[in-house]
Order: sequence, then C-alpha cells, then structure tokens
Amino acid sequence: MPQLSCQNLTIGYEGKVVVSGLSFDVNAGDYLCIVGENGSGKSTLIRTILKLKAPMSGKIFTESTGSTGNTGSIGSGLMPNEIGYLPQQTVVQKDFPASVREVVRSGCLNRCGLRPFYNKAEKRIAEENMEKLGISSLAKRCYRELSGGQQQRTLLARALCATRKLLLLDEPAAGLDPKVTAELYTLIGDLNNDGTTIIIISHDICASVKYASHILHIGNRSVLFFGTKEEYLKSETGRIYANMSGGKS
Amino acid sequence: MTWNWDKLSEYLQFPFVQYAIITGVLIAFCASLLGVTLVLKRFSFIGDGLSHVAFGVAAIAAAMNLSNNFFLVLPVTIICAILLLRTGQNAKIKGDAAIAMISVSTLAIGYLIMNVFSKSANISGDICATLFGSTSILTLTRAEVWLCAVLSALVILVFLIFYHKIFSVTFDEDFSTATGVKAKTYNLILAVIIAVIIVLAMNLVGALLISALVIFPALSAMRVFKNFKAVTICSVIISVVCAALGIIISIVAGTPVGSTIVVVDIAGFVIFSAAGFITRRF
Repeated sequence: MPQLSCQNLTIGYEGKVVVSGLSFDVNAGDYLCIVGENGSGKSTLIRTILKLKAPMSGKIFTESTGSTGNTGSIGSGLMPNEIGYLPQQTVVQKDFPASVREVVRSGCLNRCGLRPFYNKAEKRIAEENMEKLGISSLAKRCYRELSGGQQQRTLLARALCATRKLLLLDEPAAGLDPKVTAELYTLIGDLNNDGTTIIIISHDICASVKYASHILHIGNRSVLFFGTKEEYLKSETGRIYANMSGGKS
Repeated sequence: MTWNWDKLSEYLQFPFVQYAIITGVLIAFCASLLGVTLVLKRFSFIGDGLSHVAFGVAAIAAAMNLSNNFFLVLPVTIICAILLLRTGQNAKIKGDAAIAMISVSTLAIGYLIMNVFSKSANISGDICATLFGSTSILTLTRAEVWLCAVLSALVILVFLIFYHKIFSVTFDEDFSTATGVKAKTYNLILAVIIAVIIVLAMNLVGALLISALVIFPALSAMRVFKNFKAVTICSVIISVVCAALGIIISIVAGTPVGSTIVVVDIAGFVIFSAAGFITRRF
C-alpha cells in the first residue's frame, strides 16, 4: 500500500478553497515533485500533509494508520516521527545565534519525549547526518553566518535526524545560485536513491524532470496533472509548462 | 574609594541589603534566561505589555488595601500572558495591536484607580515607585526573599528541563510541530515563565524598565557569542553581574535601584558591542 495517500482532499485557508479534488498516492521510494504557479497551493498542500493545517475536507492516509485506521472526516496523516521537513527560511533564523550542531541535533527532539537531554544515540545520529551532508567541518560554525547552500544542508541534516522515511521539501533551492542548486538537487537525488521518499516543491523544471519519478501539477484550484514524469512530459500541460520554464521537453 | 569600601562593607552587614542583593541576583538570573528566546521570537513587547498589566493589577490591589498584592498580581499576569500569546498565534498584526491595547489600557486604568481610590498621601510617589522600581527591594521581608527564591528555582528548573525544546520551538516552530514536538504546549510554558519573571522583576526595576532586564543581557551576549548555549550562559552571567553591581552602586551612591541596574546593563551592552566589533574585525 502507498506510504502516503490523499483522497479527494480540499485544502485552503481562512475558509477559502485553494485546491480541491486532490487525489494522489505516494509509494515508498518515490520522488514526487509538486509544480504550479505562485499561490496555487503548493505550500498549503505540504502544510496540510504535515498537519500544520487541517484539510477542509478529504482524507490523508499513511502506512501506519492504514486505509481503515481512521473513520473520521479527517485522516490522521503521517505519524510525526515519520516526517522530515525542510521549510522555507524564516525571519527569526536570519539572526539566530545557533551552531550547526545545535540545529542538526534539534531534529532528534521528537525521539526524546519528556527526556530533557539528548542521549548518545541521538548525538551519533546527528554526527552521521552532518557527515552524510558534508557539513561536519562546520559543526561549530554559527548558522546565520553560513552561505545559503550550507544553511540548506544544515536544515536537511536536521530533517534527516527526524526521519529517513519521508522528506518534504518546500522550495529548497530558493535564493541559491545555479551551482549550489545543482549540488543540492544531486544530494536530494542521492537520498532518494538510498530509499528516502521525497516530496518536493520546485520551480526548477529541469531538476524536476531529471530527478522526479512523479509529478503533481496544481493550478486553477484543481489538479492539472498527476502521474509519472514520462506521462507528464507527453501530456499537454507538461509540454506547455516545460517549454515555458525553459526545460527540455 | 576607601571610604566607599568602608561604607559598602558596613552596609553589607545589614540583612536588608543582603536580602536585596540575593533577590536582585535571582531575579536577574531568571530574567536573562529567556531573553534570547524573547528577543528572537519578537516577544519583547509581550514582556512590556505584561509588566503594564502587572502595574494595573498592583494598583487595584493597592486600592483594595491588600498588604500582599503578590497573590493577585501573579495569577492575573499569567492569564494575560496566555491570552496575549493566543492572539499572537492567530493573527500577527492583530496580536501586536492587542499587546499595545492591553498595555496602555492597564496602565491608564491602574493610574486612574490609584488616583481615585488610594488613601496614600503621596500618590505620584507611589506611582513613580511602581513604574520605575522602588526602594521596596530594600524593604523585603525574609518570607518575600524565600518566595522569590522558590519561584526563581522553579523557573530555572523548568528552563533546564525544556532547554532543547525551547531552542527548537524558537528556531523553527513549524519544523517542531511537523515532527511531533508540541510547540503550543511549550509556548504556553514560555508564557507562564515570562509572567512569573515579570511579576518578580517588578519589585526590582519597576514596570517600565523590565524589558531592559530581559533583553539587554541577551543582546549583549549575542554580540559576541555564536551559539545558543554560549549566548544563554553568557547572558546569565552578564545579567547577574550587572544586577549585583547596580544594586551595590545604588546603595553606595544613593541612586534609584532600578534605573541604576538598567544603566549598568546599557554599559554592558556597549562593552560587548565593542568586543563583538573587535573580534569580528581581527
């Protein structure tokens, strides 16, 4: 069964519908790229999947809850310890005095429960993930003094501390130069090859086409396309969008 | 200078001076703990708003002739802290306006009540004392010192237990919530701690100057140190040193306690800014 399944989902905020009729499945190991214009509801969808927002209607199922697990009007979504999340940067983080190690370790917090401090295993997980993302040498550096690419690697390492199962990334390449963007996408591709399911919002159609296995295109308050990358590139929506964004079709 | 040392050591024999220094240091310790979080979460205003609430309630307590207003001021301030935090979460601009509204209304009502109902002969003196800190720090009883010590210990304990959670919720609330950390609960705990600290600090520096006690040590520490742990530890040290120094100076020089402490804090900020500038340059 799919790792994540959205059925007839309607999302929005303050009573306004942004997208309705969202139905799609994500299987373990998939790389789903969500594309769409600004304001089409991509971030709202991610926030809904993360349970930061309640869906207006419809259900979200996961492996652990099962399709019969929740009979209420709202599916219970992913278990928090199955999710890694790379959010867009906030204003607070721009002048936050925190070392890279402190930030990465905070990803382990959901394992702690009520225990006030990290144990050895959690500290090791943090070190491993810093190693994996090539930021071990930055461990003591201040987060706010890093370059954009290094900051994203730090947040990615934190997300990996929270889980290896499913990563949700909200425009990870925003504000990065092409070289760093390419490196970041390669890194995310590698994580996917290691078995982590990826759900990513991206404006970069080239990278989407290169790495994604599935594409979800939303716009005009509904789903314009959902399917595999190959199908997308053959579809009319996909061709128009890919040409418009200068990607290869 | 020797004369001053003599005078100081003579003063230090008095229990009321000892009490003042103990409570002052404890309050400064607690206030600085949360400074970093408050500054970064843009909650400095909540501290200011709450201190005005505490002033309003203190005025009502004075009008009711309550000898010990503490048990009225603390619960009301905690309730307001929770309410303010709730509105702050729902709508950002509205939350800001709500803080300003509550802050000025309680200030006005407090002043009005004090003026109309107070039986004291020296109303403006009373009000000045509540706003800018009074000599009450020098007239503490043993029981009040104990109460302050117990509350401080609680604040420090809660902070230690939830240190990593507070860090995570401050750094990235969305990530914390998404990965299963109960950010709302920790925000609530923060609100309660802030309220307790503000009520405690009112005795020391008065309602108008509390924000200085909360934010200056954190801002000073942030000039020099680059990680959360170091900034927290450093701001505690700065705050304690400044408070002790301020109290001693005010006793020796006969200046108002609250404003002296704040001036020492400002001096600390200037020194740390310079230090930060130099370390970045060389």
